[in-house]
Amino acid sequence: MIYDIEFETMPREALEAIQARRLQATIERVCATVPFYQKKIAEAGLKPTDIKSLNDLKRLPFTTKQDLRDNYPFGMFATPMENVVRIHASSGTTGQPTVVGYTARDVQTWSMLMARSLAAGGATRGDMIHNAYGYGLFTGGLGVHYGAERLGASVIPVSGGNTKRQIVIMKDFGPTILTATPSYTLHLAEVAAEMGVSFENLNFKFGIFGAEPWSENMRHEIEKKLNIVAVDIYGLSEVMGPGVAIECHEAQQGLHIFEDHFIPEIINPETGETLPYGETGELVFTSITKEAFPIIRYRTRDITSLNPEPCVCGRTHVRMNRVTGRSDDMLIIRGVNVFPSQIESVLMEMSGVEPHYQLVVDRVDNLDKLTVRVEVGEGIFSDEVKQLQDMERNIEKNIKDLLGVSAKVKLVEPKAIERSEGKAIRVIDNRKI
Amino acid sequence: MHVEQISVFLENTAGRLAEVTSILSENSINIRALSLADTSDFGVLRLIVDDIEKAETTLKNHGFTVGKNRVAAVEVEDRPGGLNDILQLLFEAGINVEYMYAFVRNSGDNAVMIFRFDQIDDALKLLEEKGVRAIGGSTLYTL
Repeated sequence: MIYDIEFETMPREALEAIQARRLQATIERVCATVPFYQKKIAEAGLKPTDIKSLNDLKRLPFTTKQDLRDNYPFGMFATPMENVVRIHASSGTTGQPTVVGYTARDVQTWSMLMARSLAAGGATRGDMIHNAYGYGLFTGGLGVHYGAERLGASVIPVSGGNTKRQIVIMKDFGPTILTATPSYTLHLAEVAAEMGVSFENLNFKFGIFGAEPWSENMRHEIEKKLNIVAVDIYGLSEVMGPGVAIECHEAQQGLHIFEDHFIPEIINPETGETLPYGETGELVFTSITKEAFPIIRYRTRDITSLNPEPCVCGRTHVRMNRVTGRSDDMLIIRGVNVFPSQIESVLMEMSGVEPHYQLVVDRVDNLDKLTVRVEVGEGIFSDEVKQLQDMERNIEKNIKDLLGVSAKVKLVEPKAIERSEGKAIRVIDNRKI
Repeated sequence: MHVEQISVFLENTAGRLAEVTSILSENSINIRALSLADTSDFGVLRLIVDDIEKAETTLKNHGFTVGKNRVAAVEVEDRPGGLNDILQLLFEAGINVEYMYAFVRNSGDNAVMIFRFDQIDDALKLLEEKGVRAIGGSTLYTL
Protein backbone atom coordinates (compact mmCIF):
# COMPACT_ATOMS: atom_id res chain seq x y z
CA MET A 1 0.00 0.00 0.00
CA ILE A 2 1.16 3.56 -0.70
CA TYR A 3 0.39 5.71 2.33
CA ASP A 4 0.81 9.11 0.70
CA ILE A 5 -0.13 8.69 -2.97
CA GLU A 6 0.20 12.38 -3.82
CA PHE A 7 3.78 12.81 -2.70
CA GLU A 8 5.16 9.29 -3.10
CA THR A 9 4.12 9.01 -6.75
CA MET A 10 4.60 12.65 -7.71
CA PRO A 11 6.06 13.21 -11.20
CA ARG A 12 9.78 14.00 -11.01
CA GLU A 13 9.38 17.52 -12.35
CA ALA A 14 6.89 18.52 -9.68
CA LEU A 15 8.96 16.77 -7.02
CA GLU A 16 12.09 18.64 -8.04
CA ALA A 17 10.23 21.95 -7.99
CA ILE A 18 9.18 21.25 -4.40
CA GLN A 19 12.75 20.25 -3.51
CA ALA A 20 14.18 23.47 -4.94
CA ARG A 21 11.67 25.62 -3.05
CA ARG A 22 12.20 23.78 0.22
CA LEU A 23 15.99 23.84 -0.19
CA GLN A 24 15.99 27.62 -0.65
CA ALA A 25 13.81 28.09 2.41
CA THR A 26 16.02 25.77 4.48
CA ILE A 27 19.22 27.61 3.50
CA GLU A 28 17.65 30.96 4.35
CA ARG A 29 16.52 29.62 7.69
CA VAL A 30 19.82 28.03 8.75
CA CYS A 31 21.74 31.14 7.77
CA ALA A 32 19.43 33.18 9.98
CA THR A 33 19.34 30.83 12.98
CA VAL A 34 22.45 28.62 13.16
CA PRO A 35 25.77 30.49 13.57
CA PHE A 36 27.66 27.42 12.35
CA TYR A 37 25.93 27.42 8.95
CA GLN A 38 25.93 31.19 8.74
CA LYS A 39 29.70 31.26 9.09
CA LYS A 40 30.43 28.24 6.94
CA ILE A 41 28.23 29.30 4.04
CA ALA A 42 29.65 32.85 4.18
CA GLU A 43 33.19 31.39 4.17
CA ALA A 44 32.28 29.50 0.99
CA GLY A 45 31.57 32.92 -0.54
CA LEU A 46 27.84 32.30 -0.74
CA LYS A 47 24.73 34.23 0.25
CA PRO A 48 21.46 32.42 0.97
CA THR A 49 20.00 34.01 -2.17
CA ASP A 50 22.69 32.35 -4.31
CA ILE A 51 20.92 29.02 -3.85
CA LYS A 52 18.31 29.24 -6.58
CA SER A 53 18.05 25.72 -7.94
CA LEU A 54 18.94 22.13 -7.07
CA ASN A 55 22.10 22.57 -9.13
CA ASP A 56 23.35 25.09 -6.60
CA LEU A 57 23.31 22.46 -3.84
CA LYS A 58 26.79 21.23 -4.76
CA ARG A 59 28.21 24.71 -4.11
CA LEU A 60 27.35 24.42 -0.41
CA PRO A 61 29.90 23.13 2.09
CA PHE A 62 29.59 19.67 3.66
CA THR A 63 28.65 19.02 7.28
CA THR A 64 30.49 16.25 9.11
CA LYS A 65 30.05 14.30 12.32
CA GLN A 66 32.94 16.34 13.73
CA ASP A 67 30.96 19.55 13.11
CA LEU A 68 28.10 18.11 15.15
CA ARG A 69 30.51 17.17 17.92
CA ASP A 70 32.06 20.63 17.90
CA ASN A 71 28.59 22.08 18.45
CA TYR A 72 27.62 19.64 21.20
CA PRO A 73 24.99 19.55 22.57
CA PHE A 74 22.54 22.04 21.06
CA GLY A 75 24.67 24.32 18.87
CA MET A 76 23.15 23.05 15.60
CA PHE A 77 19.54 23.60 16.68
CA ALA A 78 17.72 26.07 14.44
CA THR A 79 14.96 26.89 16.88
CA PRO A 80 14.77 28.04 20.51
CA MET A 81 14.54 25.17 23.01
CA GLU A 82 10.97 26.13 23.87
CA ASN A 83 9.91 24.81 20.45
CA VAL A 84 11.78 21.52 20.87
CA VAL A 85 9.53 18.70 22.07
CA ARG A 86 11.90 15.73 21.70
CA ILE A 87 15.63 15.08 22.01
CA HIS A 88 17.44 11.98 20.78
CA ALA A 89 21.13 11.16 20.74
CA SER A 90 23.23 8.71 18.79
CA SER A 91 26.26 6.91 20.09
CA GLY A 92 29.16 9.11 19.03
CA THR A 93 32.88 8.89 19.48
CA THR A 94 34.79 9.37 22.70
CA GLY A 95 31.81 9.59 25.00
CA GLN A 96 30.32 12.49 23.11
CA PRO A 97 27.05 11.57 21.43
CA THR A 98 25.41 13.48 18.60
CA VAL A 99 22.34 15.26 19.92
CA VAL A 100 19.34 15.97 17.71
CA GLY A 101 16.07 17.77 18.42
CA TYR A 102 12.55 17.75 17.00
CA THR A 103 9.77 20.32 17.05
CA ALA A 104 6.17 19.13 17.29
CA ARG A 105 5.96 19.47 13.51
CA ASP A 106 9.21 17.47 13.07
CA VAL A 107 7.71 14.65 15.14
CA GLN A 108 4.62 14.76 12.91
CA THR A 109 6.74 14.69 9.75
CA TRP A 110 8.79 11.81 11.10
CA SER A 111 5.66 9.87 12.12
CA MET A 112 4.23 10.40 8.65
CA LEU A 113 7.43 9.22 6.95
CA MET A 114 7.54 6.17 9.22
CA ALA A 115 3.87 5.48 8.39
CA ARG A 116 4.87 5.64 4.70
CA SER A 117 7.77 3.27 5.44
CA LEU A 118 5.71 0.73 7.33
CA ALA A 119 3.08 0.80 4.57
CA ALA A 120 5.78 0.27 1.92
CA GLY A 121 7.00 -2.70 3.98
CA GLY A 122 3.55 -4.29 3.91
CA ALA A 123 1.80 -2.91 7.00
CA THR A 124 -1.74 -1.50 6.99
CA ARG A 125 -4.36 -0.43 9.51
CA GLY A 126 -5.39 -3.50 11.41
CA ASP A 127 -1.87 -4.97 11.48
CA MET A 128 -0.20 -5.57 14.82
CA ILE A 129 3.45 -4.46 14.94
CA HIS A 130 5.90 -6.21 17.25
CA ASN A 131 8.49 -3.44 17.65
CA ALA A 132 11.75 -4.92 18.96
CA TYR A 133 13.89 -1.86 18.20
CA GLY A 134 15.31 -0.33 21.38
CA TYR A 135 13.32 2.49 22.96
CA GLY A 136 15.30 5.37 24.40
CA LEU A 137 17.85 7.85 23.12
CA PHE A 138 18.21 5.62 20.05
CA THR A 139 15.71 6.72 17.40
CA GLY A 140 14.71 3.20 16.30
CA GLY A 141 12.08 2.29 18.90
CA LEU A 142 10.16 5.56 19.11
CA GLY A 143 10.49 6.20 15.36
CA VAL A 144 8.69 2.97 14.49
CA HIS A 145 6.26 3.46 17.36
CA TYR A 146 4.98 6.85 16.21
CA GLY A 147 4.79 5.70 12.60
CA ALA A 148 2.77 2.64 13.57
CA GLU A 149 0.28 4.75 15.51
CA ARG A 150 0.08 7.25 12.66
CA LEU A 151 -0.66 4.41 10.25
CA GLY A 152 -3.37 3.15 12.59
CA ALA A 153 -1.71 -0.18 13.31
CA SER A 154 -1.53 -1.64 16.83
CA VAL A 155 2.01 -1.39 18.17
CA ILE A 156 3.55 -3.58 20.86
CA PRO A 157 6.41 -1.52 22.35
CA VAL A 158 8.38 -4.58 23.38
CA SER A 159 11.83 -2.94 22.78
CA GLY A 160 15.02 -5.04 22.74
CA GLY A 161 16.03 -7.89 25.05
CA ASN A 162 14.15 -10.40 27.21
CA THR A 163 13.94 -12.64 24.18
CA LYS A 164 11.93 -15.49 25.72
CA ARG A 165 9.20 -13.09 26.79
CA GLN A 166 9.16 -11.72 23.25
CA ILE A 167 8.49 -15.21 21.86
CA VAL A 168 5.63 -15.70 24.33
CA ILE A 169 4.12 -12.36 23.26
CA MET A 170 4.44 -13.36 19.60
CA LYS A 171 2.60 -16.60 20.34
CA ASP A 172 -0.10 -15.10 22.52
CA PHE A 173 -0.77 -11.73 20.83
CA GLY A 174 -0.27 -12.83 17.23
CA PRO A 175 1.52 -9.76 15.80
CA THR A 176 1.64 -9.62 11.98
CA ILE A 177 4.62 -7.29 11.42
CA LEU A 178 8.06 -7.53 13.00
CA THR A 179 10.41 -4.53 13.28
CA ALA A 180 13.92 -5.23 14.63
CA THR A 181 17.57 -5.28 13.69
CA PRO A 182 18.34 -8.20 11.34
CA SER A 183 20.81 -9.78 13.77
CA TYR A 184 18.35 -9.66 16.65
CA THR A 185 15.73 -11.17 14.34
CA LEU A 186 17.91 -14.21 13.69
CA HIS A 187 18.50 -14.47 17.42
CA LEU A 188 14.71 -14.41 17.97
CA ALA A 189 14.39 -17.22 15.44
CA GLU A 190 16.89 -19.35 17.32
CA VAL A 191 15.35 -18.77 20.73
CA ALA A 192 11.92 -19.58 19.27
CA ALA A 193 13.29 -22.85 17.91
CA GLU A 194 14.79 -23.72 21.30
CA MET A 195 11.39 -23.05 22.89
CA GLY A 196 9.72 -25.28 20.32
CA VAL A 197 7.86 -22.36 18.70
CA SER A 198 7.61 -22.48 14.92
CA PHE A 199 7.22 -19.24 13.01
CA GLU A 200 4.97 -21.09 10.58
CA ASN A 201 2.38 -21.20 13.32
CA LEU A 202 2.74 -17.49 14.10
CA ASN A 203 0.90 -14.72 12.26
CA PHE A 204 3.83 -12.71 10.87
CA LYS A 205 3.54 -11.58 7.25
CA PHE A 206 6.19 -8.88 6.88
CA GLY A 207 9.34 -7.75 8.64
CA ILE A 208 11.03 -4.35 8.41
CA PHE A 209 14.69 -4.54 9.34
CA GLY A 210 17.51 -2.02 9.59
CA ALA A 211 19.86 -0.02 11.85
CA GLU A 212 22.82 -2.20 10.83
CA PRO A 213 24.27 -3.51 7.58
CA TRP A 214 22.90 -6.81 6.33
CA SER A 215 23.06 -8.78 3.12
CA GLU A 216 20.83 -10.49 0.58
CA ASN A 217 21.87 -13.79 2.11
CA MET A 218 20.66 -12.68 5.52
CA ARG A 219 17.40 -11.55 3.91
CA HIS A 220 16.87 -15.01 2.46
CA GLU A 221 17.70 -16.63 5.76
CA ILE A 222 15.28 -14.39 7.67
CA GLU A 223 12.52 -14.89 5.10
CA LYS A 224 12.96 -18.65 5.26
CA LYS A 225 13.23 -18.96 9.02
CA LEU A 226 10.40 -16.53 9.82
CA ASN A 227 8.20 -17.35 6.86
CA ILE A 228 7.80 -13.64 6.00
CA VAL A 229 8.71 -11.03 3.39
CA ALA A 230 11.65 -8.96 4.71
CA VAL A 231 12.43 -5.37 3.65
CA ASP A 232 15.28 -3.02 4.43
CA ILE A 233 14.81 0.36 6.14
CA TYR A 234 17.43 3.11 6.36
CA GLY A 235 17.84 6.16 8.53
CA LEU A 236 20.20 7.98 10.81
CA SER A 237 19.41 10.28 13.67
CA GLU A 238 21.44 13.17 12.21
CA VAL A 239 19.05 13.24 9.26
CA MET A 240 15.91 12.20 11.17
CA GLY A 241 16.00 8.57 12.32
CA PRO A 242 14.50 5.49 10.67
CA GLY A 243 12.26 6.34 7.72
CA VAL A 244 14.69 8.30 5.57
CA ALA A 245 14.48 5.51 3.00
CA ILE A 246 12.51 2.28 2.70
CA GLU A 247 12.39 -0.69 0.40
CA CYS A 248 8.96 -1.52 -1.06
CA HIS A 249 7.87 -5.10 -0.48
CA GLU A 250 6.70 -5.32 -4.11
CA ALA A 251 10.18 -4.97 -5.63
CA GLN A 252 12.62 -5.53 -2.74
CA GLN A 253 15.16 -3.81 -4.99
CA GLY A 254 16.70 -0.84 -3.24
CA LEU A 255 15.30 1.74 -0.82
CA HIS A 256 13.13 4.67 -1.92
CA ILE A 257 14.46 7.88 -0.40
CA PHE A 258 11.69 10.26 0.63
CA GLU A 259 12.91 13.01 -1.63
CA ASP A 260 10.20 15.50 -0.75
CA HIS A 261 11.98 15.74 2.64
CA PHE A 262 15.58 14.76 1.99
CA ILE A 263 17.87 15.41 -0.98
CA PRO A 264 20.43 12.63 -1.51
CA GLU A 265 23.72 12.99 -3.33
CA ILE A 266 26.53 10.55 -4.01
CA ILE A 267 30.02 12.02 -3.78
CA ASN A 268 33.55 10.84 -4.24
CA PRO A 269 34.68 10.59 -0.59
CA GLU A 270 38.24 11.62 -1.50
CA THR A 271 37.53 14.70 -3.62
CA GLY A 272 34.01 15.69 -2.54
CA GLU A 273 32.95 15.80 -6.18
CA THR A 274 29.28 14.95 -6.90
CA LEU A 275 28.83 11.70 -8.84
CA PRO A 276 26.05 10.87 -11.32
CA TYR A 277 23.28 8.30 -10.74
CA GLY A 278 24.54 4.74 -10.75
CA GLU A 279 28.05 5.50 -9.54
CA THR A 280 29.18 4.25 -6.15
CA GLY A 281 30.35 6.71 -3.53
CA GLU A 282 29.49 8.27 -0.20
CA LEU A 283 25.87 9.13 0.52
CA VAL A 284 25.21 12.76 1.47
CA PHE A 285 21.89 14.12 2.75
CA THR A 286 20.31 17.55 2.98
CA SER A 287 17.08 17.79 4.96
CA ILE A 288 14.60 20.26 3.51
CA THR A 289 11.65 20.24 5.91
CA LYS A 290 13.15 19.85 9.36
CA GLU A 291 12.70 22.68 11.83
CA ALA A 292 14.70 21.94 14.97
CA PHE A 293 17.68 20.18 13.39
CA PRO A 294 18.03 20.90 9.69
CA ILE A 295 21.19 19.48 8.17
CA ILE A 296 23.01 20.56 5.04
CA ARG A 297 25.01 18.12 2.92
CA TYR A 298 25.66 15.73 5.78
CA ARG A 299 28.32 13.17 5.01
CA THR A 300 26.87 9.84 6.19
CA ARG A 301 30.08 7.89 5.45
CA ASP A 302 27.84 5.14 4.06
CA ILE A 303 28.91 3.83 0.66
CA THR A 304 26.16 3.13 -1.87
CA SER A 305 24.75 4.25 -5.24
CA LEU A 306 21.44 5.77 -6.42
CA ASN A 307 19.06 4.17 -8.91
CA PRO A 308 16.60 6.50 -10.72
CA GLU A 309 14.83 3.72 -12.67
CA PRO A 310 11.03 3.66 -12.30
CA CYS A 311 9.86 1.08 -9.75
CA VAL A 312 7.07 -1.49 -10.07
CA CYS A 313 5.47 -0.15 -6.88
CA GLY A 314 4.65 3.19 -8.54
CA ARG A 315 6.79 5.37 -6.28
CA THR A 316 8.77 7.97 -8.20
CA HIS A 317 11.37 8.55 -5.48
CA VAL A 318 14.93 7.53 -6.29
CA ARG A 319 16.23 4.32 -4.76
CA MET A 320 19.49 3.83 -2.90
CA ASN A 321 21.13 0.43 -3.15
CA ARG A 322 22.21 -1.56 -0.14
CA VAL A 323 24.92 0.14 1.89
CA THR A 324 28.07 -1.80 1.09
CA GLY A 325 30.54 -0.22 3.48
CA ARG A 326 31.81 2.88 5.22
CA SER A 327 34.21 5.56 4.09
CA ASP A 328 35.57 5.69 7.67
CA ASP A 329 36.43 2.87 10.05
CA MET A 330 33.17 2.87 11.99
CA LEU A 331 31.79 -0.51 12.99
CA ILE A 332 28.17 -1.18 13.84
CA ILE A 333 28.01 -3.75 16.62
CA ARG A 334 24.48 -4.86 17.52
CA GLY A 335 23.17 -1.48 16.34
CA VAL A 336 25.76 0.54 18.29
CA ASN A 337 28.25 2.69 16.39
CA VAL A 338 31.79 1.90 17.44
CA PHE A 339 34.90 3.72 16.25
CA PRO A 340 38.33 2.23 16.99
CA SER A 341 39.27 5.67 18.33
CA GLN A 342 36.69 5.28 21.11
CA ILE A 343 38.31 2.05 22.26
CA GLU A 344 41.67 3.79 22.06
CA SER A 345 40.50 6.59 24.33
CA VAL A 346 39.19 4.06 26.87
CA LEU A 347 42.63 2.41 26.91
CA MET A 348 44.50 5.71 27.08
CA GLU A 349 42.55 6.78 30.13
CA MET A 350 43.66 3.69 32.03
CA SER A 351 47.07 4.12 33.56
CA GLY A 352 49.80 1.92 32.17
CA VAL A 353 47.75 0.62 29.25
CA GLU A 354 49.39 1.12 25.88
CA PRO A 355 47.23 1.96 22.90
CA HIS A 356 48.20 -1.17 20.98
CA TYR A 357 44.88 -2.79 20.33
CA GLN A 358 42.78 -4.46 17.70
CA LEU A 359 39.03 -4.93 17.33
CA VAL A 360 37.88 -8.31 16.09
CA VAL A 361 34.22 -8.68 15.19
CA ASP A 362 32.59 -12.05 14.68
CA ARG A 363 29.03 -13.08 14.22
CA VAL A 364 28.38 -16.03 16.50
CA ASP A 365 24.90 -17.55 16.55
CA ASN A 366 23.73 -14.49 14.63
CA LEU A 367 24.89 -12.02 17.27
CA ASP A 368 27.82 -9.71 16.85
CA LYS A 369 30.71 -10.41 19.21
CA LEU A 370 33.40 -7.83 19.75
CA THR A 371 36.80 -8.90 21.00
CA VAL A 372 39.37 -6.27 21.87
CA ARG A 373 42.93 -7.54 21.77
CA VAL A 374 45.26 -5.44 23.91
CA GLU A 375 49.02 -5.83 23.95
CA VAL A 376 50.55 -6.28 27.40
CA GLY A 377 53.36 -3.82 27.99
CA GLU A 378 55.33 -3.42 31.21
CA GLY A 379 52.85 -0.81 32.39
CA ILE A 380 50.16 -3.36 33.12
CA PHE A 381 52.11 -6.58 33.37
CA SER A 382 52.02 -8.40 36.68
CA ASP A 383 53.40 -11.75 37.77
CA GLU A 384 49.98 -12.41 39.29
CA VAL A 385 47.36 -13.82 36.95
CA LYS A 386 44.58 -12.40 39.11
CA GLN A 387 45.73 -8.83 38.48
CA LEU A 388 45.90 -9.37 34.73
CA GLN A 389 42.39 -10.79 34.79
CA ASP A 390 41.22 -7.80 36.83
CA MET A 391 42.76 -5.58 34.17
CA GLU A 392 40.79 -7.38 31.45
CA ARG A 393 37.57 -6.95 33.39
CA ASN A 394 38.27 -3.26 34.07
CA ILE A 395 38.81 -2.55 30.39
CA GLU A 396 35.62 -4.47 29.56
CA LYS A 397 33.69 -2.44 32.10
CA ASN A 398 35.03 0.89 30.86
CA ILE A 399 34.17 -0.01 27.26
CA LYS A 400 30.67 -1.00 28.34
CA ASP A 401 30.22 2.19 30.37
CA LEU A 402 31.42 4.51 27.64
CA LEU A 403 30.22 2.81 24.46
CA GLY A 404 27.29 0.78 25.73
CA VAL A 405 28.58 -2.31 23.98
CA SER A 406 29.83 -5.54 25.55
CA ALA A 407 33.30 -6.54 24.52
CA LYS A 408 35.63 -9.35 25.51
CA VAL A 409 39.12 -8.13 26.25
CA LYS A 410 41.97 -10.47 25.45
CA LEU A 411 45.51 -9.66 26.52
CA VAL A 412 48.14 -10.50 23.94
CA GLU A 413 51.92 -10.34 23.71
CA PRO A 414 53.67 -7.21 22.48
CA LYS A 415 53.74 -7.02 18.66
CA ALA A 416 51.05 -9.70 18.47
CA ILE A 417 48.85 -7.25 16.57
CA GLU A 418 49.62 -7.40 12.89
CA ARG A 419 51.19 -4.29 11.45
CA SER A 420 50.85 -3.52 7.79
CA GLU A 421 53.58 -1.19 6.53
CA GLY A 422 54.16 -0.12 10.11
CA LYS A 423 50.53 0.74 10.67
CA ALA A 424 48.62 -1.46 13.08
CA ILE A 425 45.57 -3.18 11.65
CA ARG A 426 42.88 -1.87 13.98
CA VAL A 427 39.85 -3.75 12.78
CA ILE A 428 39.24 -7.31 11.67
CA ASP A 429 35.62 -7.83 10.70
CA ASN A 430 34.90 -11.53 10.26
CA ARG A 431 31.16 -11.08 9.83
CA LYS A 432 29.97 -12.56 6.57
CA ILE A 433 27.34 -10.03 5.61
CA MET B 1 67.38 -11.72 52.31
CA HIS B 2 65.25 -11.87 49.17
CA VAL B 3 65.67 -13.41 45.73
CA GLU B 4 64.95 -11.85 42.33
CA GLN B 5 62.46 -13.56 40.10
CA ILE B 6 61.58 -12.64 36.53
CA SER B 7 58.15 -13.15 35.04
CA VAL B 8 57.20 -13.31 31.37
CA PHE B 9 53.82 -12.76 29.71
CA LEU B 10 52.94 -15.56 27.31
CA GLU B 11 49.97 -16.08 25.06
CA ASN B 12 48.45 -19.49 25.42
CA THR B 13 49.61 -20.71 22.03
CA ALA B 14 51.67 -23.68 20.99
CA GLY B 15 55.41 -23.25 21.22
CA ARG B 16 55.58 -20.05 23.25
CA LEU B 17 57.11 -21.65 26.32
CA ALA B 18 59.66 -23.47 24.18
CA GLU B 19 60.52 -20.12 22.58
CA VAL B 20 61.51 -18.74 26.00
CA THR B 21 63.50 -21.80 27.01
CA SER B 22 65.36 -21.86 23.72
CA ILE B 23 66.32 -18.17 24.03
CA LEU B 24 67.63 -18.83 27.56
CA SER B 25 69.47 -21.92 26.42
CA GLU B 26 71.13 -20.13 23.48
CA ASN B 27 72.38 -17.51 25.93
CA SER B 28 73.66 -20.10 28.42
CA ILE B 29 71.23 -19.00 31.13
CA ASN B 30 70.37 -21.74 33.59
CA ILE B 31 66.81 -22.05 34.87
CA ARG B 32 66.93 -22.85 38.59
CA ALA B 33 63.17 -23.00 39.20
CA LEU B 34 60.02 -22.12 37.38
CA SER B 35 56.27 -22.01 37.65
CA LEU B 36 53.63 -21.34 35.03
CA ALA B 37 50.21 -19.93 35.89
CA ASP B 38 47.72 -19.85 33.08
CA THR B 39 44.19 -18.98 31.99
CA SER B 40 42.49 -20.05 28.77
CA ASP B 41 44.02 -17.05 26.97
CA PHE B 42 47.37 -16.31 28.51
CA GLY B 43 49.98 -17.50 30.97
CA VAL B 44 52.56 -15.98 33.28
CA LEU B 45 55.88 -17.76 33.47
CA ARG B 46 57.94 -17.10 36.62
CA LEU B 47 61.60 -17.98 36.62
CA ILE B 48 64.55 -18.09 38.96
CA VAL B 49 67.69 -18.06 36.82
CA ASP B 50 71.41 -17.86 37.47
CA ASP B 51 71.77 -14.53 35.63
CA ILE B 52 68.74 -12.30 36.15
CA GLU B 53 70.06 -9.22 34.30
CA LYS B 54 71.08 -11.16 31.23
CA ALA B 55 67.80 -13.12 31.14
CA GLU B 56 65.76 -9.94 31.45
CA THR B 57 67.62 -8.04 28.74
CA THR B 58 67.70 -10.97 26.35
CA LEU B 59 64.01 -11.74 26.65
CA LYS B 60 63.08 -8.05 26.28
CA ASN B 61 65.23 -7.85 23.17
CA HIS B 62 63.20 -10.72 21.78
CA GLY B 63 60.03 -8.69 22.30
CA PHE B 64 58.69 -10.31 25.45
CA THR B 65 57.09 -8.34 28.26
CA VAL B 66 59.23 -9.09 31.29
CA GLY B 67 58.68 -8.14 34.94
CA LYS B 68 60.99 -8.42 37.94
CA ASN B 69 59.88 -9.15 41.50
CA ARG B 70 61.34 -9.82 44.89
CA VAL B 71 60.44 -13.21 46.25
CA ALA B 72 61.61 -15.25 49.25
CA ALA B 73 63.40 -18.60 49.01
CA VAL B 74 62.55 -20.30 52.27
CA GLU B 75 64.02 -23.47 53.72
CA VAL B 76 61.30 -25.91 54.65
CA GLU B 77 62.02 -28.88 56.88
CA ASP B 78 61.70 -32.08 54.89
CA ARG B 79 59.17 -33.79 57.18
CA PRO B 80 55.36 -34.01 57.48
CA GLY B 81 54.04 -30.64 58.65
CA GLY B 82 57.19 -28.73 57.64
CA LEU B 83 55.35 -26.46 55.18
CA ASN B 84 52.28 -26.24 57.38
CA ASP B 85 54.30 -24.78 60.28
CA ILE B 86 55.51 -21.94 58.10
CA LEU B 87 52.10 -21.23 56.58
CA GLN B 88 50.57 -21.11 60.07
CA LEU B 89 53.15 -18.53 61.18
CA LEU B 90 52.34 -16.36 58.18
CA PHE B 91 48.60 -16.76 58.56
CA GLU B 92 48.72 -15.73 62.24
CA ALA B 93 50.72 -12.62 61.28
CA GLY B 94 48.19 -11.75 58.56
CA ILE B 95 50.68 -12.08 55.70
CA ASN B 96 49.26 -13.26 52.37
CA VAL B 97 51.00 -15.72 50.11
CA GLU B 98 50.19 -14.71 46.53
CA TYR B 99 51.66 -17.92 45.17
CA MET B 100 54.50 -20.33 45.79
CA TYR B 101 56.39 -23.08 44.05
CA ALA B 102 59.15 -25.55 44.80
CA PHE B 103 62.82 -25.07 44.08
CA VAL B 104 64.47 -28.00 42.35
CA ARG B 105 67.44 -28.54 44.67
CA ASN B 106 67.58 -29.04 48.42
CA SER B 107 69.56 -26.89 50.80
CA GLY B 108 71.25 -29.44 52.98
CA ASP B 109 68.47 -31.59 54.43
CA ASN B 110 65.82 -28.97 53.82
CA ALA B 111 63.54 -28.42 50.85
CA VAL B 112 63.39 -24.92 49.36
CA MET B 113 60.15 -23.15 48.49
CA ILE B 114 59.81 -19.87 46.57
CA PHE B 115 57.18 -17.58 48.13
CA ARG B 116 55.61 -14.51 46.60
CA PHE B 117 54.26 -12.36 49.48
CA ASP B 118 52.16 -9.23 49.37
CA GLN B 119 54.47 -7.72 52.04
CA ILE B 120 57.84 -9.35 51.53
CA ASP B 121 59.82 -7.28 54.06
CA ASP B 122 57.37 -8.04 56.89
CA ALA B 123 57.37 -11.69 55.89
CA LEU B 124 61.17 -11.96 55.87
CA LYS B 125 61.40 -10.23 59.24
CA LEU B 126 58.84 -12.58 60.75
CA LEU B 127 60.52 -15.69 59.40
CA GLU B 128 63.88 -14.55 60.72
CA GLU B 129 62.41 -13.94 64.18
CA LYS B 130 60.88 -17.40 64.18
CA GLY B 131 64.15 -18.99 63.12
CA VAL B 132 63.06 -19.97 59.63
CA ARG B 133 65.92 -19.58 57.17
CA ALA B 134 65.55 -17.64 53.93
CA ILE B 135 68.29 -18.10 51.37
CA GLY B 136 69.82 -15.14 49.57
CA GLY B 137 70.26 -14.82 45.84
CA SER B 138 73.94 -15.58 45.44
CA THR B 139 73.66 -18.73 47.57
CA LEU B 140 70.50 -19.92 45.88
CA TYR B 141 71.67 -19.52 42.29
CA THR B 142 74.59 -21.84 42.99
CA LEU B 143 72.85 -24.49 45.08
